[in-house]
Amino acid sequence: MSRGAIELRDVNLTFGTGRNAVTALQNLSLSLRPGEFLSILGPSGCGKSSLISTIAGFQPPQAGELRVDGEPVRGPGSDRGVVFQQPALFPWKTVRENVEFGLKFRGVPKGERRQAVDDILHKVGLSEFARHYPGQLSGGMQQRVGLARVLVNRPRVMLMDEPFSALDAQTRLMMQELLLEVWAEYRMTVLFVTHDVDEAVYLGSRVAVLTRRPGRLKALFDVDLPRPRGVDVLVSPEFMKLKRNCLALVREETLGALGRDFKPVQAARVYREVFLAENADAAV
Amino acid sequence: MNAGTLALGEVEASAAPELPSRARWGLGILRRLAVRALSVAVFVGLWQAASATRTHFIINFAHVPAPTEVAQAAVEFLESPKTPRHLLDSVRRVLVGFGLAALTAIPLGLIIGRSRLMEDVLLTPLEILRPIPGVAWIPLAILMFPAAEQSMIFICCLGALFPILLGTIHGVEALDRRLVHAAQTLGANTWAIFREVVLPGALPSIMTGLVIGMGTCWFLVVTAEMISGRFGIGYFTWESYTMQKYPDIIVGMLVIGLLGMLSSAVVRWLGSRLTPWLRHTSSR
Repeated sequence: MSRGAIELRDVNLTFGTGRNAVTALQNLSLSLRPGEFLSILGPSGCGKSSLISTIAGFQPPQAGELRVDGEPVRGPGSDRGVVFQQPALFPWKTVRENVEFGLKFRGVPKGERRQAVDDILHKVGLSEFARHYPGQLSGGMQQRVGLARVLVNRPRVMLMDEPFSALDAQTRLMMQELLLEVWAEYRMTVLFVTHDVDEAVYLGSRVAVLTRRPGRLKALFDVDLPRPRGVDVLVSPEFMKLKRNCLALVREETLGALGRDFKPVQAARVYREVFLAENADAAV
Repeated sequence: MNAGTLALGEVEASAAPELPSRARWGLGILRRLAVRALSVAVFVGLWQAASATRTHFIINFAHVPAPTEVAQAAVEFLESPKTPRHLLDSVRRVLVGFGLAALTAIPLGLIIGRSRLMEDVLLTPLEILRPIPGVAWIPLAILMFPAAEQSMIFICCLGALFPILLGTIHGVEALDRRLVHAAQTLGANTWAIFREVVLPGALPSIMTGLVIGMGTCWFLVVTAEMISGRFGIGYFTWESYTMQKYPDIIVGMLVIGLLGMLSSAVVRWLGSRLTPWLRHTSSR
């Protein structure tokens, strides 16, 4: 059964009107196979997050087609889970209540709900914190709750908007491994937006590079690294080759976004300062 | 006196390092309580001295009853058979007025905060009514309601209405939009979002409005009773003035102050019970 196929055809997305209008996505066509892990990579402000908002159903596109499993998207739904950059947990609900939230609205009986929450909390290593409030947890733990809150609904599609970018390098690596683990088990389609080249290549089965705004598809390539991917993949020659390729593509767009008047020396400096600073954590 | 407090401070300072933190914490509390008790004692002492010497410097203390006279009047007030009626009438008016205000203002504030249309429809007339002081409403209130009791409750209710309304609107508008988005992607419908996200999210701000509203309720019930009461602590105070029972005026004032303080404390306590997550977050 094919579940979790996403089809975008010539999607245009604009914010604002008249002179203030900003085109976030322009004629973007992209299709995700059921159960695939696609990384979306692009310079800051290229419309990566807009892509998530559109598929999630927050922002209907002005033009083009957007279908999930053949059905046009009409507003948000629990079949497409979203993991936000900030965990966006409900501060007034305990960890258990946060994770239970989606199940409640799907009419899952209480006992079943309890079991499902227990299982998922165990999976993300938070069993002991079920009765804590989000404010009592660290950033990494909060993001694990955010992940659990989506996973417990068994979504066909998981949309992730730079979910680990606020975490420190070590915690981020742990979260990436956890994500690969649950993806291997659940096999939902993942659309993972990031500005971190290492992250995009390490996680994705394919990587899509977007142009600077308005966001169009610049490149799309397969990541033929074997799975399961351990941390040692990160230093393999194949990984390095893909990374170099990605870096060059993203760099081109980042420089382009800064204007045409850059002299090479200046450009190199900007590259070091702007682009590397943005990916400072990845360089660790 | 000065030397006494200094000495106390020194004893504590030298003892502190050997005490376990809990005991030191207890000592800190005791010390603060002692300072508070002392400040009240000094205040009452100055007042006694001013009345005894009939001080006339800007403020004329010649006709201000001394604390001793007030204490005597307070004992008589407590023994009087009319006292329970005075207290009960005022408390009932405040509770009914406050309750009506909360029941009106919270739903209204939630709707205005969530819907732009309702904001346009309702907020302007409310903003025009808001600056009108409660006292100015008294003549109209007497005309609008057949019974004096109802007009007094109405005045009281008006006083609490606006702080609660503004607190609620502010709470709703300050709500993190990502939380609403998160709830939508977890399958919550509009009503569920209202109940599970908007209301608890606005609750801290609503509670602030309620605490302020309780205060305004008290000073308006007193005003209303002065004009059209038979019983009630405001009526008692005003009657004491017209009958030249000066110590009773101060007894009345102090009772109003105490009741106001007590009811605000109750609202605050209820508020902290209803928002346990705030307590946990701040204690981390």
